[in-house]
This record gives sequence, C-alpha cells and structure tokens, in this order.
Amino acid sequence: MSDTSLRAWLLSDTPTSRRQAGWGRLYRLWCDLRTNPLAMAGLITIILLIVAALAAPLLAAYSPDAQDLSNHLAAPNAAHWLGTDELGRDILARLLWGGRITLGMVVAVVVLVAPVGLVVGCAAGYIGGLPDRILMRVTDVFLAFPRLILALAFVAAITPGITSAIIAIALTAWPPYARIARAETLAIRNSDFIAATRLAGASRTRIILVHIIPLSLGSLIVRVSLDMSSIILTAAALGFLGMGAQPPSPEWGAMVASARRFIVNAWWVPMMPAIAIFVASLAFNLLGDGLRDVLDPKQRS
Amino acid sequence: MLTRRSVLAASAASPVLASLGAEDALAATPKNIVVMGKTIDDIVAFDPAQSYEFSDNEIDGNCYNKLVTPDLTTGTTVVGDAAESWTVSPDGRTITFKIRPGIKFASGNALTAHDAAFSLQRVVKLNLTPGFIITQFGYTKDNVEKLITTPDAMTLKLELPKQVATSFVLFCLSANVGCIVDRATVMSHQKNGDLGNDWLKTHTAGSGPYQLISWVASEHVILEANPHSALKAGVPRIVIQHIPEPASQLLQLEKGSIDIARDLLSDNLKQLAGKTEYTVLKSGQATSVYIGMNMGKPHLDKTEVHQAIKWAIDYEGIAKNIVPGTYEIAQNFLPAGLPGALTDMPFKRDVAKAKQLLAQAGYAKGFSVTMDHIAAAPYNDIAQAVQANLKEIGITVKLLPAQAKQVFTKMRARQHELIMSVWGSDYFDPNSNAQAFCADPDDSDKSTLKILAWRCHFHNVALTKMVEDAVKELDDKKRIAMYEDMQRQFRQIAPFAMMLQQNVVAVLGKGVSGLKVGPMPDYTKYADIRKA
Amino acid sequence: MNGRLRTLAATAASVLITIFGLTVVTFFIGRVMPIDPIVAILGDHAPPDVVARVRIELGLNQPLWYQYWIFFRNLIHLDLGRSVMTTHPVLQDIGRYFPATFELATAAMIVATLIGVPLGVLAAVRQGTRTDHIVRIVSLAGSSIPVFMLAMLSLVVFYAALGWLPGTGQVSVVYDGIVPRITGMLVIDAAITSHWNTFYNALLHLVQPALVLAYFSMAYITRMTRGFMLDALRGEYITTARAKGLSASTIIWRHAFGNIWVQLITVLALTYAGLLEGAVVTETVFSWPGLGQYLTNSLLNADMNAVLGATMVIGIIYVFLNLLADVLYRMMDPRVR
Repeated sequence: MSDTSLRAWLLSDTPTSRRQAGWGRLYRLWCDLRTNPLAMAGLITIILLIVAALAAPLLAAYSPDAQDLSNHLAAPNAAHWLGTDELGRDILARLLWGGRITLGMVVAVVVLVAPVGLVVGCAAGYIGGLPDRILMRVTDVFLAFPRLILALAFVAAITPGITSAIIAIALTAWPPYARIARAETLAIRNSDFIAATRLAGASRTRIILVHIIPLSLGSLIVRVSLDMSSIILTAAALGFLGMGAQPPSPEWGAMVASARRFIVNAWWVPMMPAIAIFVASLAFNLLGDGLRDVLDPKQRS
Repeated sequence: MLTRRSVLAASAASPVLASLGAEDALAATPKNIVVMGKTIDDIVAFDPAQSYEFSDNEIDGNCYNKLVTPDLTTGTTVVGDAAESWTVSPDGRTITFKIRPGIKFASGNALTAHDAAFSLQRVVKLNLTPGFIITQFGYTKDNVEKLITTPDAMTLKLELPKQVATSFVLFCLSANVGCIVDRATVMSHQKNGDLGNDWLKTHTAGSGPYQLISWVASEHVILEANPHSALKAGVPRIVIQHIPEPASQLLQLEKGSIDIARDLLSDNLKQLAGKTEYTVLKSGQATSVYIGMNMGKPHLDKTEVHQAIKWAIDYEGIAKNIVPGTYEIAQNFLPAGLPGALTDMPFKRDVAKAKQLLAQAGYAKGFSVTMDHIAAAPYNDIAQAVQANLKEIGITVKLLPAQAKQVFTKMRARQHELIMSVWGSDYFDPNSNAQAFCADPDDSDKSTLKILAWRCHFHNVALTKMVEDAVKELDDKKRIAMYEDMQRQFRQIAPFAMMLQQNVVAVLGKGVSGLKVGPMPDYTKYADIRKA
Repeated sequence: MNGRLRTLAATAASVLITIFGLTVVTFFIGRVMPIDPIVAILGDHAPPDVVARVRIELGLNQPLWYQYWIFFRNLIHLDLGRSVMTTHPVLQDIGRYFPATFELATAAMIVATLIGVPLGVLAAVRQGTRTDHIVRIVSLAGSSIPVFMLAMLSLVVFYAALGWLPGTGQVSVVYDGIVPRITGMLVIDAAITSHWNTFYNALLHLVQPALVLAYFSMAYITRMTRGFMLDALRGEYITTARAKGLSASTIIWRHAFGNIWVQLITVLALTYAGLLEGAVVTETVFSWPGLGQYLTNSLLNADMNAVLGATMVIGIIYVFLNLLADVLYRMMDPRVR
C-alpha cells in the first residue's frame, strides 16, 4: 500500500470495518496533535529521554558507580560535562543510567495500575449493585488521602526502596482509573449494541473483556498521559524525603536527596538531577495537555 | 523567675523601629542571647533517670551537677563535682561521699546528701532506659533504700551489693544518670507515685549554671541562667534551634542568624577554611562507627571472612576524602580518650591479603551479602565506599539504607547480615564498650544481655569472662591492662570491623567564644560562652 | 424534600464509612512498620527487662485486632494517644501545628488565585495567540517543577545570595514566643495584638514558602479558569451581549466570568486540598512548623501515634474539602440538580 492510499484508507469517511474506523480515529488525532507545537516538543523530548536512557551504556563515558574520591564535587568540565558528585562519580553517566530507573518506575506504575483500574472499574460499572457500592467506597478511602502522604505512609510501612515506591504509587494511583472506567462503562452498558450482544448469549466476563474494556481504553490513555508527570513527581518527592529509591541507585529524586546538602557550595550536584526531573515531567505535561485539547472537542479552536 | 515571654519581649522592645526595613528582619542575634543551631529531634525527655539521647544529655549536663565528673585532662580518673571528697572501704564495698557545702538548686534550696540519695534511688526505682548504669552494681528497688543512705545531711553512703571495681562505680556515677535533682521541687510535682518523672521530662530541677525554660520538640530549647548556681553563666539566655540541615546551619552562621553551628559536615568545614572570624572547636567523641557481621548468617561465621573484610576497607581514603575533620580512623573497640583505649592501627587496606584470607575461608570466588546502614550523611557515602572496597575482593554488597531506628530494630532482631552502625558509650568507663562488643554470656533468645555481641551471635566465652573479671578488679592498673588485652584479642577474632571515631565539631561565629566540647554529650559545657 | 433528605443521609453515611476506612488503613500501616515502637520510645541501648515491661505497659503484646479496637475506642473519645517525640497528646500537637499549615496554605491560595484566575481569563480571551502559549508554558512548568527544587532554588537565591528574604522557620528567634497565641497563625495573632515588628518579621518569613506553594497550585487554577472561560465565551448569551455592542471588558468580566465563578470555587476547594500535599515537602525544606513537617518528623522517628493522628486529620480535611466541592458542584450544575 502506498503512502497516499494508506492515508486515504485512514481518512475514509465510510470505513468498512471497526478496525479501519479505529485506526482512522487515531490517525486524525495524530494529525491534530502534530499541529500543536508544544505537544510535539513534549513528545520529542520524551522520545529523546527514552532513547538516552536505553542507550546509556553507549552514551555514558563512565560507569555510574565508578568512584573517584579524590575528584569529588568537581564543577562541570571537559572530562565530566556535568561535574562529579560527592563520591567523585560522573553526574552525566548517573543521569543517563538513572533515567532508566525513573522512567522505568513510571512505566511499572502504569503497567500495574491501568489494567487493574480498568478491570475493576469496568466490572463494577457493568455488574452494579453491592459490588459496585463497595468498590466506590474503597476508592473513596484511597482518594481521601493526598497521594504523597499515602505513599509516604505505605513506603514507611514496607521498606524504602524502588519496589516499595512503585507499589505505593500504584496503590495511590489506581482509584481514579477505576472511576473513569466505571463512568465509561455506565455510559455504554445500556447501549443497544451491548444489549444485542447480551441477547446473543455472550457471558458477562466476555462482554466486559471483549466489548466494554476496549471502548473505555481511550479516555484511560489520556488520563495516563496526564498522570505521568504526577507519577514522576511523586517518585521524586519520595526519593527526596528518603523514602524512595536509595543510594547508590542513580534514581533522580534520590540523587537530589543525597546531594541537597551541597546546594550552596556545589549547586550543580543537586540541581542537575532536579532539572532532569523537571524536563521529563514538563514533557509529559505538554504532551498530555496537547492530547486533552485534541480529544476534548469543547476546547478545540 | 523571669518568664520566657517577658525576657524576649524586653529584648525585642527596642524603640518602635523607625526602619521597618528588611534589615531588621534579617538582623543578627542580640547580645544577651546566644543562638545555637543543632539537630535536636532526638530529645525524648530531660529527666536524668530517663534521658539517654545526645541532645537531652547535653542539656542535662548544663543544668545539673553530679557527685563526680571525669578529669578530662587525663581521662583516667574522676574529680569531685557536688562531692567534695570520698573514701572507699578496704574491701571496696562501701563508698562514702562528703557533699560540697554551699551548692544551691535553681529553686534556691541547698543541695544535700538527701537529694543525692533520692536521685540515685529514683533511678533504680523507675528503672528506665539508662537505669542499668546504676542497677548493674546490684541495686534493686527493694534494697536500694537500705544500701544508699545518708548518715548526715552532708554525707552519702553507698554500700555495694556485690564486688565491683571502684573506678567503674565512680565513672558510672559521672554519667548523666548520676545528675542530682532537687528532691523537694521534684516531689512537689509527683503524680501517681511517678517520683516526678512526668514533670521532669520537660523541666529541669538542678544546680547547674542553666535551667530549662522551654522545649518544643523539633523546634527549640531555651535555657536561662540559674541565678543560684555556684558556676555563673556568661550569657543570660541560650536558644538552641533545631536546624537539621548542616548546609542550612552554615548559611545561617554566615548570615549571623545563629552564633554557633553544631553539626557541620566535612564539606561545610572546607568552605570555612581560611575565614579567620570563625572558631572551629573539635573533640574526639566516644562514638564509634563499625561494621557488624552476623555470625548466624551464611558466609559470615568464619573468622577468616571477618579478617578479610577488615583488611579490605580503605580506612584512609574514607577518613581523608569523605569525612575529613569530622571522623578519625579508630580500629579498637575503645575510642581514644576513654581509659584503657589503644590507639594503634593494626589494619590498612591490603587487597591481596584480604583475597587470600577469603580463599582460606573457602570463598575464593567471593559471595553476595547485604549491608544495612543508616540513610543519612555521611553514612551513605561511607557505606558506598565500603561497598566499592569489598567488591574488589569479590564480595558483592547490596546496600539496605534505612532510618536509624529501623536499622536498630533489625539488628536487635538479629536479622541483618552486615550492618554499618554507630555505638556511643553509655558512660565514661571501658566496661560500657567492652560489654557491648565482647560480652555474650547466653546466645539464646532468653538472654538478659542483648547488646552488640549477642546481636551478631558473637558468643565468645573467653572474652565474656574477661569482661566479667575486669569489672570486679579493684586494682586500677591491672584493670586497664585487662582492657588493653581484650582489645588485642578482639581485633583478631571478633566479627566487628571498627572503622571510625566521631569528632564533635562546633563552629563559633564572630565574637563568640568559650564553648567547651567534650567526649560525651553531657561534658559539652555552655557556662563559659561569651559574646562580644 | 424526602429525596433531598435521603441524599443527605446517603452522603453522611458515605463520609462516615470513608473515615472509618481511613482509620483502618492508617492503623494497619502503622503496625506493619519495620520499626519496633519500643526502640522508638526507649532507644537502642535499652536493656531487655525494660523493653519487656514497656511492651506490656503499652499493650503491644496484645493481638492486632484488639489493639485496633482500643485505638478506635480511644479515637471516639477524641484521644489519639501521646506523641513520643513531643511528649504531648497528639490532639494537642495537631492543634498546635495545624494553624501554621493553614496559614501557609491560605496565603499560598490567595496568591495563587489572584494570579492564576486573571492569567486563565487572559489566556482564554487571547486563545491561540502567543500570550496563550506563554501562559500555558508558565502554568505547565508550575505543575512540572518538583516543589523541593523550587524551594531550594528560592532559598539559595533570595536568602543566601541576595539576602532579600529571611531563611527557614516561621519567625526570627528574637521574636519567637512574644505574641500570645490566639488563632495560632502568627501573622494574624501579631496583627491583632499590634506586635508590628513580629508581624513584619513573620510576614517576611511567610513570603518564600507561600510563593513556592502558590506556584504549585497556580498552574491548576489557571488551566481550569481558561477552560471554563472558553466554554462561557462560546455561550449564546455572549453572542447576544456582543450583538448589543457591550464593551469587551464588560462581556468578559460581567457576563462570561460572572457565569463561571461558582465552578471556580469548586476548583479552588479541590486545589486547597491539594495544597496539603505540597505543604509536606515545602514545610520540610523551609522548616515550617506545620502539620506536614510534624508528619515527616514523626514518620522518621516511628512515632506511631503522631503518624496516625496527623494522617487521619489530613485525610479528614481532604474528605471534607472534596465533599464541599461536590456539594457546590451539585448546587450549581443544573444537570446534576
């Protein structure tokens, strides 16, 4: 299929299959998104960050753990572009390797949270009744805590570390997903086509898994992209308060935490990872904001 | 008595400031107040029968007198404080103190032998955390009134239930738990038979140069001169502000918002080098940083492994690059300054030797192990340096940093493998550390002595016996020789790598002088502080 | 009428159930902490006999469910136990630390509203222009920047380098303890009692943490205001007003804005709840004696009663602010009504 015919297939006003309609919708979103320079800047930054993190072994000139005590707290120079930290380790190398951890944490949280939220929310919305009410109360309890405070308490209860931080953030992040999925389900549950499927004898599980979940996916993706920066910031704040990733792990928040005491005499040591957090979080926010504009017709100009 | 508010109001009631400019808000501290920046969130209680943390002991040391106090110039004997003199019976079982006349409490009451007896008796009766320092002579709440008596108002008689070295008793009495409280004042605040414990937690009733005016947890402590004290305080009011961040302390010292910074780290000190307006005070502290190896865990039960780890650590690199000025290398269980301490350095980094020892133990290919440590500067950095050192001899260390109390909890439950931790001596006598590191008479969970040796399953009968013998030895010279011998054996066989000894460092701002820092918190003295 | 009563009862019941859930979650988090509360209270050197005695005194040898029952029973009597760290009853501590957080959060809220709302309106009116983009970047940066980074930067620049503003804490030592405690909010108390020096000093101390916290919430307020305004400006009555030839500012402020302010208040209530979270980090960096710092300190010291109490209080405030937002939303939205 040539480029032009692919484009025509995607933009067809009369799609012949559900698949074509779906891809077509996504393509139109992409076209809209492309015209938003801020969102594109965000997207490109994210891609660059991911590539840099994946290529850390190739890009980093030093091992992230190689100590050189006699050359610690060196200012940025030709040998160490971003300087060295309190144990003489190359900050750039640590940032690159740390990107894997920080971005990996975000991915892990999303992978944990999105399916759980989706299944729980859709099931509750479709089944209704008592299970639904119990579920909504449970989400209320979790939503009743500011995210950081609940995560702090959880991590303190388990032991500080990356895994605990991921679990803690996931625990605090799932309720909104369940809520969104439930709302979507309620909206489509009584639609004609679900009723038709039900009459055709499809089981409850099948209806939820095959029909309801795929339809709720769209709004969930937006929510995820908007949530990314909040996840990064929560992970960083946990690291900063000494409850997240622990040294010598080059997780960005933990790097700031262990170097914050040098803010006056060697500002670059805590500031470089802080800037990295800021850039990543801003990029996700720009993308998410752009996506929302595109998906929310009310705000389109 | 002046209330806190009235004095502060007086000091601040300068003419209604014509210049409500930023200058005022950032102004330096006033002349009659010395502001000290320090981490004080460890404070739990000021009652000498309960206080056991660094900051509360330090405050007590400035608010109370004890019977005796160590002679810090020699570090080997005690000198009289509230006691003018004392005599010891030939069998060493009775010590009789003469109380120095003329000492007065902050309330104006005279300090007598009754107060001294009451203070020691209530420590035994309450038996809180530091109570063991006195009860280890054999006192119980049933015999203490019979054995600690006052033949007259200025004479205190201590009859010892079992034979213990006199120097040991005297050094224990010089610990914070030996502070003499004002019996009349304390008993007037007694509630439900608590011997005034609840009130004394947040008040002081002593005869030292200062008295406690206000304590707000994790915020500040305010001390005011005790008008009746024999030792006159140089500054009427001392405010100790909780400033947890060393960088923040340094900044505020430079801005003149505080007069004394107490917790500066090596890097902060480096920034002050060459600035003559600051005075840096230093004193070795009876606080040791060590790595404990749990013999109940795989790989860690063999002496060769312990020795290999001791030979792998780069003591010099750590001391010189990570903690210069704030810690010194110390490889014996007695920190320098305490009676009997050895100061030689048997270990240095020798990778070949360490590898060979590991091979002898049967681990030529190395092994993996975890190390718990406190997640705070400088322990984080030291732990990471040790991790790199051990990597070179083939031991892969996974670091498990956590809050101090979590690290302690894990060690008390004997669940750690390697642990890097700190130990501060409880009193100025070699027995404190000797018992902690060497004595494990019963390695079972039912043991009544569960200190460091027990926590690492270091059940060594010979060393335990030496500790028990030394504490009974009446001849001081022989006793010291026993501790030296113990340290020499300990370094060959113990699962502890002694690494560093802490220095207390205090930096005084422009025009401030007279603070004395001591080897234990209660010997850091404020009375001579002056502000020009 | 009957229906409304039933809704009210249902809401009350759901709030109660939520709060009950809060107690369960906080209690069990507290009990599985890897720190022995006895070590937290007695220290590392405490001998075994003392440890055993205190464990029994505190009832920590009882089964968990029984401990929870005691905790819950005391809670109903408003007894949250004593904090190890401060030696005071936790409720008294909260009464002491909450006003400082309230003061900080309110100051931040005022700043955030005063800047965020006009910015949002401006962005909506100039939709798609460079102004709109700049406002968007500024506000997105606000919700992307780690609060601790902003706080540290601010301290380094305005206190350390320039010396324009005082450093950490709520007030300079010299002024500490002069003003009688009335509301607990130092700036207000100093003003009521005419301690103008203290007032000025405290106000200067408030500037940095309040601005840092404000930037954090301003982003959200701006974004929501912009969205509401865009909706409102598209409304039919605006077209009518335009047709009538009313001035642009009248249309924007009287007609469009006049129509969205109830919605905005809902957003503000939610933002306020979010501020409690930002306050934890901000208070830690600025040594602000508020609930956030109290919580972090008690977490680090394994002071369980204090952790439970502070988390409960923050949770309850959060629930009520959310409830308030919900009620407001119901009151103004015709579809829900």
